[in-house]
Amino acid sequence: MIPNPIVTFDNARLAYGSRVLWEGLDLQVQPGEFLAVLGPNGSGKTSFINTMLGTTSLDAGTVSIDGAPVRRGSDSVGLIPQQRPFGDNVPLRARDLVALGIDGTKPGIRLARRAVSAKVDELLELVGASGYANRAVSDLSGGEQQRLRAAQALAGNPKVLLCDEPLLSLDLHHQQAISEVIHHQAVQRGSAVIFVTHEINPILPYVDRVLYLAEGRFHLGSVDEVMRTEVLSELYGAPVQVLRVNGRIVVVSGDGNRALPPDGHDHAEDAGPAAGTPNTTGKRA
Amino acid sequence: MDFADLIEKAFNFQDYALLLPLVSNSLIAGAALGVVGGLIGIFIMMRDMAFAVHGIAELSFAGAAFALLIGADVVTGSVFGSLIAALILGMLGTRARDRNSITGVLMPFGLGLGILFLSLYEGRSANKFGLLTGQIVAVDDVQLGGMLVLSAVVVLALALIWRPLTFASADPVVANARGVRTSGLSIIFMMVLALAVAVTIQVVGALLVLALLITPAAAAMRVSSTPVLTVILSVVFAELAVVGGILLALAGSLPISPYVTTISFVIYLVCRAIEAVRSPRRHQV
Repeated sequence: MIPNPIVTFDNARLAYGSRVLWEGLDLQVQPGEFLAVLGPNGSGKTSFINTMLGTTSLDAGTVSIDGAPVRRGSDSVGLIPQQRPFGDNVPLRARDLVALGIDGTKPGIRLARRAVSAKVDELLELVGASGYANRAVSDLSGGEQQRLRAAQALAGNPKVLLCDEPLLSLDLHHQQAISEVIHHQAVQRGSAVIFVTHEINPILPYVDRVLYLAEGRFHLGSVDEVMRTEVLSELYGAPVQVLRVNGRIVVVSGDGNRALPPDGHDHAEDAGPAAGTPNTTGKRA
Repeated sequence: MDFADLIEKAFNFQDYALLLPLVSNSLIAGAALGVVGGLIGIFIMMRDMAFAVHGIAELSFAGAAFALLIGADVVTGSVFGSLIAALILGMLGTRARDRNSITGVLMPFGLGLGILFLSLYEGRSANKFGLLTGQIVAVDDVQLGGMLVLSAVVVLALALIWRPLTFASADPVVANARGVRTSGLSIIFMMVLALAVAVTIQVVGALLVLALLITPAAAAMRVSSTPVLTVILSVVFAELAVVGGILLALAGSLPISPYVTTISFVIYLVCRAIEAVRSPRRHQV
């Protein structure tokens, strides 16, 4: 028996003016499923996340979470955003940031301190962040902060975790650790994960399906179905080669002169050491 | 004037007991102001709005000067001035960068308007200067009532929006996704800030509002990252500066402002020193 899908897109379309990001999107994400969303900058990956958060509306079609239309601020949805440094003008400790995920939307000042504190301890334990619970967020590394983000997102016991480039600007070790935490939580709770990323390799062991957005079109399928030379070349309308190197996926533009990360987008920080060497992906090789 | 004269002018405790009752209104107003400045300073710091506060203060000064010119109530005038400035900044300057340039444009215009109104005013010249640099005995019963009401409104409003405002200030992306109305909150905050600035101007003057609205919170954040402790310290520091400043000013024949700003600044220096001793590694340049 197939359980009820957690996220359902029905003939969804999103456009800015005459520029169509994607249309005719039919997608069902099941409990426990891990969906990777790839595509170049400007292909509508973040907008895709936002339609499920209720902060961006579709132009046509519908999207529903757990059988109900998307509602902003719903507990069914948890967001893990890009890592963004906190300045020392933010007087919050790690535990205070997580606590905001529990009751930060409620008015007034926090009165149920003890109950919230117990819940925070539980969440920190879950993501392996108990060791720095009382340190200032501005003192924490990017990887430590992203663990807190995961704890914060899990606070509402969401049915789907939306991850918007949570690995960006983390080093390889932390990329793997954060991916593992997210995957582990999803498996344990039976919640779905929708994971927007530039770099598929750290999450490759966990991905069930890939949604690849490019040039106003998309392709949906398993990793092996989507991450192929023919499929990506067709999506981009230009020759693109997909290589497998040591269990990693490398996407290279057709003339072989440049190595691209698997989203086909050329990043300045990635292009440096990788330029001219198609079988590496810069710092991640 | 030699140094002994300066000391004589700055600290002369003869007749202190006689003078004290004369400033009881100022002391009460100052105490209320300490609470307002200590509390709102936390959010001004978190939202990185020091410059905007300065801009609001200059338009508030223009409003007060206009009220003086037409013989209306000065507190009301400065409330109108700062509300107008806050509305403009709230509507146009949602992003920090826009806000800074708009503030930069508004500020000299406000100051210019204020100077125009003051030069047209033919009353006592002490009143003129007081709006810019603060006054000590000028608080009459009616004004005191107005300032207490304004302070109470500010404190109550902050208490009502405390948690979501903290969330929105520290972490706007996630707060927005979780359903906090971040743009609405930011307009409300601007209004509350406008009232706080209008009250502060009555005691320390338009040019020196930052000494009470920023410095205490900034000092508190140097020594604490625990939310509750930071708030308490910030209020205590603001009280020390304003009440201490008024009491000291009474002993000399100088205006109140230098005392307030100096105490405030010294507290900040001490906090930085404490921080440097505690964690020298973090703050080595």
